[in-house]
Amino acid sequence: MLQFPLVVTTQVDVVLVLVSLLAFWTRLSRLSSPNAVVFDEVYYGQFVSLYMKRVFFIDDSGPPLGHMIMALGAYLGGFDGNFVWNRIGAEYPSSLSVWSLRLLPAVCGALCVPLVYLLTLELKFSHLSALGASVLLLLENSLIVQSRFMLLESLLIFFVLVAFLSYLKFHNQPNSCFRFCWLLLSGGSCAAAVGVKYMGVFSYLLLVGVASLHTWNLIGDRTISHLSVCVQCVCRAVCVLVVPVLLYVFWFYLHLTLLHRSGPHDQLMSSAFQASLEGGLSRITQGQPLDVSYGSQVTLRSSASQPIPCWLHSHKANYPIRYENGRGSSHQQQVTCYPFKDVNNWWIIKDAGRQQLVVSSPPRPVRHGDVIQLVHGMTSRFLNSHDVAAPMSPHSQEVSGYIDFNVSMAAQNLWRVDISNREAESESWKTILSEVRLVHVNTSAVLKLSGVSLPDWGFRQLEVVAEKQSKAHSLVWTVEEHRYGTSQEQKEREAELHSPTHIDVDRKISFWAKFLELQWKMLTVKQEDSEHKYSSSPLEWITMETNIAYWLHSSTNAQIHLIGNPVSWGVAHISLLAYQLLAAIYLLRRRRGLKDLPDGVWAQFVCLGYVCVGGWLVNFVPFLLMEKTLFLYHYLPALCYLHLLSPALLEHTHTQLLSRSTHRRALGLCVCVGLVCVYLSYRTFCPLTYGTPELSANQLQALKWRDSWDILYRRR
Amino acid sequence: MAKEECMTQSTTTRDTSTLRNRRTGPTSSREALQALEDSQAAGLSPEDDTQSSNGTSHHLSAGGHVSRDPQSGGVVLMLVAGLSFATRLYRITEPPHVCWDETHFGKMGSYYINRTFFFDVHPPLGKMLIGLAGYMTGYDGSFPFAKPGDKYEHHNYWGMRGLCAVLGSFLPIFAYLIVLNLSRSYTAALITATLVICDTGCITISQYILLDPILLFFIMAAVLSMVNFSLQRFRPFTSSWWLWLILTGVNLAGALGVKFVGLFVVLLVGLNTVWDLWRLLGDLSLSLVEITKHFLARIVGLILVPLFLYVTIFAVHFVVLNKSGPGDGFYSSAFQSRLIGNNLHNASMPEYLAYGSIITVKNLRIAGGYLHSHWHLYPEGVGARQQQVTAYLHKDYNNVWLVHRPDNNASQPGTADLVRHGDIIRLEHKETTRNLHGHLHEAPLTKKHFQVTGYGIVEVCGGRKGDLVKVLRSKVRFLHRATGCVLYSSGKTLPKWGWEQVEVTCSPYLKETPSSQWNIEDHVNPKWPNISLSVLKPHFLEILLESHIVMIRGNSGLKPKDNEMNSKPWHWPIDYQGLRFSGVNDTEYRVYLLGNPVVWWMNLASLGLYPIMVAVASIALQRGFSLGQKRKEHSLVLQREGGLLLLGWLLHYAPFYTMGRVLYFHHYFPAMLFSSMLTGITFDVLLKSTDLLLRPPYSDWLRRLGLLVLLLSVLYSFYLFHPLSYGMTGPLAHEPGSAMAGQKWMDSWEF
Repeated sequence: MLQFPLVVTTQVDVVLVLVSLLAFWTRLSRLSSPNAVVFDEVYYGQFVSLYMKRVFFIDDSGPPLGHMIMALGAYLGGFDGNFVWNRIGAEYPSSLSVWSLRLLPAVCGALCVPLVYLLTLELKFSHLSALGASVLLLLENSLIVQSRFMLLESLLIFFVLVAFLSYLKFHNQPNSCFRFCWLLLSGGSCAAAVGVKYMGVFSYLLLVGVASLHTWNLIGDRTISHLSVCVQCVCRAVCVLVVPVLLYVFWFYLHLTLLHRSGPHDQLMSSAFQASLEGGLSRITQGQPLDVSYGSQVTLRSSASQPIPCWLHSHKANYPIRYENGRGSSHQQQVTCYPFKDVNNWWIIKDAGRQQLVVSSPPRPVRHGDVIQLVHGMTSRFLNSHDVAAPMSPHSQEVSGYIDFNVSMAAQNLWRVDISNREAESESWKTILSEVRLVHVNTSAVLKLSGVSLPDWGFRQLEVVAEKQSKAHSLVWTVEEHRYGTSQEQKEREAELHSPTHIDVDRKISFWAKFLELQWKMLTVKQEDSEHKYSSSPLEWITMETNIAYWLHSSTNAQIHLIGNPVSWGVAHISLLAYQLLAAIYLLRRRRGLKDLPDGVWAQFVCLGYVCVGGWLVNFVPFLLMEKTLFLYHYLPALCYLHLLSPALLEHTHTQLLSRSTHRRALGLCVCVGLVCVYLSYRTFCPLTYGTPELSANQLQALKWRDSWDILYRRR
Repeated sequence: MAKEECMTQSTTTRDTSTLRNRRTGPTSSREALQALEDSQAAGLSPEDDTQSSNGTSHHLSAGGHVSRDPQSGGVVLMLVAGLSFATRLYRITEPPHVCWDETHFGKMGSYYINRTFFFDVHPPLGKMLIGLAGYMTGYDGSFPFAKPGDKYEHHNYWGMRGLCAVLGSFLPIFAYLIVLNLSRSYTAALITATLVICDTGCITISQYILLDPILLFFIMAAVLSMVNFSLQRFRPFTSSWWLWLILTGVNLAGALGVKFVGLFVVLLVGLNTVWDLWRLLGDLSLSLVEITKHFLARIVGLILVPLFLYVTIFAVHFVVLNKSGPGDGFYSSAFQSRLIGNNLHNASMPEYLAYGSIITVKNLRIAGGYLHSHWHLYPEGVGARQQQVTAYLHKDYNNVWLVHRPDNNASQPGTADLVRHGDIIRLEHKETTRNLHGHLHEAPLTKKHFQVTGYGIVEVCGGRKGDLVKVLRSKVRFLHRATGCVLYSSGKTLPKWGWEQVEVTCSPYLKETPSSQWNIEDHVNPKWPNISLSVLKPHFLEILLESHIVMIRGNSGLKPKDNEMNSKPWHWPIDYQGLRFSGVNDTEYRVYLLGNPVVWWMNLASLGLYPIMVAVASIALQRGFSLGQKRKEHSLVLQREGGLLLLGWLLHYAPFYTMGRVLYFHHYFPAMLFSSMLTGITFDVLLKSTDLLLRPPYSDWLRRLGLLVLLLSVLYSFYLFHPLSYGMTGPLAHEPGSAMAGQKWMDSWEF
């Protein structure tokens, strides 16, 4: 039965709305200036372009969700991917809507401000504290800078805050029927945070820790029935553990579904993976015969050489009779691994018992355990190994193309085919799919890429050796290009080898195989750890010893820097210290039976510590142990936790520690003065945050509050 | 707390058990095990704490803590001791050649005997003990220990090996006592002792001149003292309380004095102490004064005493080593002047820097190295392709530079002017005649700085307050005139193309730090008279600090080489790959450091089992299920004592994952000992929980059977794998006809 009049009552927190509007204004105003590539946009931009073109890439710096969100913005703005992101400061063309590229990170950055407001309320502090926290975040120059460009940190912080907010909502509403929706949202945001940057894992672990602590208390609650406890625990585990993992995989599913064309990073992946991409290897390998047979012409790719692939190679040059260090060699033909496609990468599979080098009809497939010979296509030398020390790795055997010098060194050119993934595949040798170890029959050594490059006499190609008794991954070879040989004559065969291969079938590998390979590659591909001009060490972050110059106008002094608001930065760290001191004192006194705080307030204080101090710790301490290149922006998530902490701690001081009204008034005054200072320093650094107005050299000099900051001047 | 745990046992059963124990002599280990198991079955477990106030003798008192029947405890302990000494000392002199790292530590022992100064990344106690043992047994320090495989011939090496083996023999005993005192269960202690005795890895690592047995000895001794100390907690400030407290401190100092890995056991003891103090703080029957006394006692016993001993070790080290040796260049000029035979010892050279002088320039950062250049160019892609300038820690003719005026190349004969503060000079590398030069290219590693090369003409202006530049004593900065940057040693190691020497840059940040300050060390100028310089002798604390920084630098500088087989921490618990101590081919005498796979995999299993058991137990306790008295007690043992051991394992294992330095299999051994002790406790509780499955008489049988199978399988596996420790000859294991045929259970094992 409808009742009239139909009345909708809503309550609007005007402060919250106001703060949000301000946040949007600070983050979104004049978003498209500067109309140039700013700092890491040069890095993320190329991925956005690749998304637009659906070209596969691999970025070892993090999972794909963040890239995809930015690509979504670009897609909505109609970006076609045709822009070369080659240097910082390059002007965007007018056809490109810069605004849309930067919109989503900026919106997320702006939403962090109301989120912090709500989070403080959820931590059971007052609206004033919530206002304080959101103002600190609002006026934090570093967060503004980081939000206004195509960068990932604001997305990360946004998702982390959503995760904690929804978890606390879940925790604070023990009897609501929606509470598990909140928990689900929390799990989802955790997955998103981890999906944006691996750094999200730290916050996720903290959340899991807090959740398990609460669950542990639940288990200890003997008023609840066993069944109810079990059901609740399972639900929590599903929401916090299972859902995030599934979602995380889902991001990769999207990533791989979107990117189906081959591109610049193909070669990092296995042959099977490459063959699943449009163009690239699949174009070459389309229609290749599947079964490697006697007489097949193949290129053998080593699975070990990362990140650059290489193929088993030989050429008309012999090992030097003596190496630089005086050791001797067999002086036979060099066998190497060569990282480029080359006609000298072709080898022919030959049956040891027969002379012919063509495929008979029907073809006789090579099977696991068969003994074969490998003939180099262009020089007709047999792949050979013997008890001679290899050039660079003297512990291993030399591998050569056999030349008979009549020095009583017999050919030892028989190799046994050992298909190492044969449980998954059938026993015959398959193009691309089979991972093969070539075992030398005479010495039972295995053909291996040693990973060392040869000196000039070997044209700096990679050394190939045969090594006994080791079972490393570097021993596996796969057939990449393959065709059935048809010409017995050497000259014809050379012509045949020079002609390109072609034909047609689409080989699929499952999503899970692709996901696992991609994930593994992302975690193991090592980028060069060279120091960057603006890199810094974690301890410098606390005192903000460094800044990062993001952009400098091509002709004027207008510039954008990642510099935090020094006042709020200082306040944040002082409150961190104060919290720890207070907590230590409270803990010691409680241990002696002196309860300073009522239980409810104590619980609130502890919860604040878990979330804020814990959040700071998990987002800061791991960096101390890391050996990668670090930047000031890695500290921003940790800083957000501290901005949550300071107003809450002030409120705690106000309500619990100060009893006299004069003291309280004095504190209020201090807070007001502090806020004014925060605002003033925000205003001061605004030119470096927004890049306008341009400052003179003297004004810039005046902004250089620390000697170690790199602020750029143009010499005139 | 102990009162709750006390269990009253029926006296009748105890009598029979005593009888059975008397019946068995320590003739065969198997019989003794049987006896022990019987005594367990009879219910000889936890005992009253009040029995154990007489802490006179180490072993007996520990036995006395647990049992009212000191004889059986004593017998088992003697058995454990006998077996461990027998296994460790058996064939101690085999093989009679240098094995693996003996080449380092034996050599360093010799340095102590010869009183030659050297540099090593580890603190000195272990090597001092090795040297002492060698000295006492008549080794004269003349064997060069040049490389593994060198025959000892007539040199007396057994003393050094013997010391290590004897210290290593204490490990099973300590493990036994620790587990016994923690869990009050003979079964657990016996399992642990058997595991450690029968582990081929522990035997091998104890039998050679290495730091590890010494380190392991101190670690285990520290844990044992800590455990014994906490047993004394109801009698604070008695003499035995003090004794164990001080002993803990002494052993901590010992562990830290052998290797920095000792820090982990310091951390373990520290955490345990904090926990202990927290417990005391919560005990409201204690007054604050009492608690302060406790607190101060621990500060004295666990911080001041170890610190004093640790410093003393270094003092002895510096007093003993007073002759110049191979490690001089790592240290500052002032440090070197202490060493007899060093060119700075009672040096005499021209006092003030002059034009035309031949000098070496040393960076003032600790372990900063000499300014160095050589006939190699920076590779392509690294700034300009000019000659490299680096900092090099060793003394070398390539460290020598000439001081010139800026204007002319040849130093003017006749005029022999002194260099003054603010002068513009030019530094020429003597060997290659290149000039020191800087320009606005990014430095190879420190991208904020500029590259320094040896090419072209460029002025360097030097100086600091004071007119003349005093050799050795003045701190000098070299400011590049064209770019205004300062010559700087970043302390980062260059990659292979730079011969892994230290990067030298030109820093635009002009702050005065030791990295940008240099001093003139060697100074040759025939035109000026030599003056004997008494360089300021450094203070002891300065030497201490300096040597530590040098050691830490050295440690972090041990980066894995590209070609080297690098051991990963995850390899270790699964016994993935060992270390070749001696011999490679089938003709040689081979010793292979590899843990007994049965023992190690048992440890691995218990590491998996323990969390499950403790989780079940904790949930049961938290949920308030009504558990029997016995089971509740087992849960508590799992939680507390097992937790302590798990923490020990974690502390000695997890940090290796974050280390960038090169890692070896033997780094796992401290963790392995903790893991073995945890296995003892875990399996003990598991066996005692058989009554969950079966009713009493059958459950008892199952328990005994389980224990028997466990111990016998460990013993049998020791029989199978003992050649790994005691040496193998003949064909390798993958060939038929080898003694070890069929025992190569993992392809990665190399024997």
